[in-house]
Amino acid sequence: MKRRDFLKISGLTGSTLLVPGFLKAFEGQLAKFTGKRLVIVQLSGGNDGLNTLIPFTNDTYYKLRPKLGITQDKILKINDNAGFNPSMDGFRRLYDEGLMSIFNAVGYPNPDRSHFRSMDIWHTASNADEYLNTGWLGRLLDSNCPGSENAWYALEVDDTLSLAMKGLQKSGFAVKDPQRLQQITRDPFLAEIEQNGMATEASGELSFLYKTLAQTTSSANYIAEKAGIKKSTTVYPQHELGNSLKQIAELISAGMESGVYYTSISGFDTHVRQAESQNRLLGVVSDSIYSFTKDLREANALNDTLVVVFSEFGRRVKQNASNGTDHGTANNLYVIGGGLKKPGMQNGLVSLTDLDDGDLKHTLDFRKVYATLLSKGIGFNHEQVLGRKFDLLDFI
Amino acid sequence: MTEAQKIAHLHRRAGFGLNIRESASGKLSDHIEKVISSNKTYNSLFLPGEEKVTTGELLAMDKEERKEILQDLAANIKRLNLEWLKEMGKAEGQLREKMSLFWHGHFAARVRGYSQVEQYINTIRKYSLANFGDLLMAVSKEPAMLKFLNNQQNRKNSPNENFAREVMELFTLGRGNYTENDIKEAARAFTGWNFNEEDEFEIRTNQHDSGVKTIFGKTGNWEGEDVIKMILARKETALFVTRKIYRFLVNENIDEQKVSALANRFYDAQYDIPTLLREIFQSDWFYEEQNVGSLIKSPIELIVGLNRTFGISYSNAQPLLAVQRVLGQTLFFPPNVAGWAGGRNWIDNSTLLTRLSLPKKLAEADQLDYAVKNNMDDENPNESSKPNPKYKLECNINWELFAKKFEGIPKEEEWNVLQQHLLASKNLLKMSEKLIIKMEGKGQLERIKLMSIYITRTPEYQLA
Repeated sequence: MKRRDFLKISGLTGSTLLVPGFLKAFEGQLAKFTGKRLVIVQLSGGNDGLNTLIPFTNDTYYKLRPKLGITQDKILKINDNAGFNPSMDGFRRLYDEGLMSIFNAVGYPNPDRSHFRSMDIWHTASNADEYLNTGWLGRLLDSNCPGSENAWYALEVDDTLSLAMKGLQKSGFAVKDPQRLQQITRDPFLAEIEQNGMATEASGELSFLYKTLAQTTSSANYIAEKAGIKKSTTVYPQHELGNSLKQIAELISAGMESGVYYTSISGFDTHVRQAESQNRLLGVVSDSIYSFTKDLREANALNDTLVVVFSEFGRRVKQNASNGTDHGTANNLYVIGGGLKKPGMQNGLVSLTDLDDGDLKHTLDFRKVYATLLSKGIGFNHEQVLGRKFDLLDFI
Repeated sequence: MTEAQKIAHLHRRAGFGLNIRESASGKLSDHIEKVISSNKTYNSLFLPGEEKVTTGELLAMDKEERKEILQDLAANIKRLNLEWLKEMGKAEGQLREKMSLFWHGHFAARVRGYSQVEQYINTIRKYSLANFGDLLMAVSKEPAMLKFLNNQQNRKNSPNENFAREVMELFTLGRGNYTENDIKEAARAFTGWNFNEEDEFEIRTNQHDSGVKTIFGKTGNWEGEDVIKMILARKETALFVTRKIYRFLVNENIDEQKVSALANRFYDAQYDIPTLLREIFQSDWFYEEQNVGSLIKSPIELIVGLNRTFGISYSNAQPLLAVQRVLGQTLFFPPNVAGWAGGRNWIDNSTLLTRLSLPKKLAEADQLDYAVKNNMDDENPNESSKPNPKYKLECNINWELFAKKFEGIPKEEEWNVLQQHLLASKNLLKMSEKLIIKMEGKGQLERIKLMSIYITRTPEYQLA
């Protein structure tokens, strides 16, 4: 039977493709992967940016953080007035090698200090007083940009999918353990109901559900297959983030044609005794990403990859009474990759004296960074995704 | 469509479906009457044996004690979640529970204080089938809402517009039906709207701006209550709310003509909610093919529906919290003030597989072994997203009672009869070869069980 005939008798339009076998057969045609990819690393809980990249010549920093301030001798200096947290040697090396762009004072107008609300804003790229149901990467899928047709075009290494990855018509794909997912989808029951669904004249919501199911099983197979090809021998930190990035590196090395990868690490809500836990977590982030770039370089993929590290907000300048910090606003953001046109510091350090009720003022809207990543980074129309045009930055 | 199919449709939309003891026999008009009238009484939600801790008492505690109590209270919100889930399953007043779920999404608030959550949800349940104006007024004065929308920071000398904006944008008029100046002026009218240490609404007169304001082109010394009345006087409010109810009860695709007629009726009835609902349930179009099986069940509808249909009882319902989170709808934790988006938004590869495996896990009282993503709960954001210790479901399905419904039905008809009973979809599934083999030599009870699990694990079952 010809594909067209099949679609006709199954009551489906050309774009709703049901059969996994068909999806498989057409995979080569559907995937017009641009060759460029984003890897998003989310630091959940609100990472303290001031103890990540320390403005060590700023007296205010030490004055407002008498216990929490990191002393000059320990800081991994990258220029005359800023340096990394002592546990971030990986980041310092990436910076020195010209593989990192640093953005300071990134945020949005009328910042929200609630974790989930501010994370929502970062995920949906909305204004602070606007509520969107779709994420920026989900809308990338929705916009039907060539190359984003496959469910696995945007892959999240987790059991559940983040809002950032949810679109209106399409969504990204969540998978923590490709083999396990494949095992689940190999349940003969699922194959059966897919067959059953084909036999019925599904339309509307039912067809949408069957299509999602078919894409899930076919994608699970594709991902599991790719996941088995390359095994990284690089040492990653024994941590979930290390495992996730290793997983992503292996998929990329195996030629997986996804344009977006998403992963996160939590624990950054450091209200109490911050130093110990934040240093440890930043060490994990820094080492994991360093190992990741090593794998990518070996796979010849570093120049086509941009790793983006962000958190939903930074923290207040002044430390609190429990040797921690409370929810704040603007923060730094890092982009790591081989193809940076302008690595290094992108803008001035955030002012510690020009504050808004004790909080840092943002000077760069995070959506400008998104717009640049979409348009220049992976070659899509950012206006379609973000709803308006932004001036692009020149780091890529 | 048969009368029985219409009745089943009515109960799926006006509630969470018929329960294990009910049947779709009789006349549709009687069922409509019963759906509307069986909501006279209801149970307030509360946690048996829990002492109420007010905001004042919390403030009086020392830091450590407060922290401990706050953690207990956060756990209490989750317990209340399960209480409500249980109530949705067993309440006779299904329409009240269903509409309360709707209003919870419409007037979405998410706060940490347990007693405020309890008070907020009971206000919603109390007014959910009353008058929309009264509901709006009552919810607007709830500490949970005032806190969630930052109205404690809305003071005469430094107005905060959040509350006024959401009241107009999300609760009543909708975008485009007010100006920025309306919001500014309305915010002034709401200055000082606050609550005391007993979580009772109060207007702090020293923070209140009693000056002249111009709202919707009318000038006067408007107070907060005046603003709400002025909003209700606008027909756009009736249209906005009706449209949203239509999407929730009828179809995601709006029939503008029908919605407009309904909104007029709603407005003329001074926002009497039962009048609007009766209008919907009594109309012929409500039972037309395009409106049956056209909605994707929300996670709560799916869970409560299964519980009702199969008479599931739980000795440990805790894992249902994880199910809610993984499926994307946790009671008392709406994603933001706009509530749950619903529709196709419920579905992605991970939620779909979880939905399709749920009936099997319930039937086997199996482990729910998926990792639950950090929900960004403000009370516990450090909770890692590592796979939680395995959640052991402890529940029991009343298969004997369920199978009894199908006694006397010829064996070869069981499959179709069961589908008609369980599915809103008009498509009938083909009996699978494997299932046929599995059922060989099995008795009626075992057959019904195998087929039911099969049918509830299909995409068709996700539709209401």
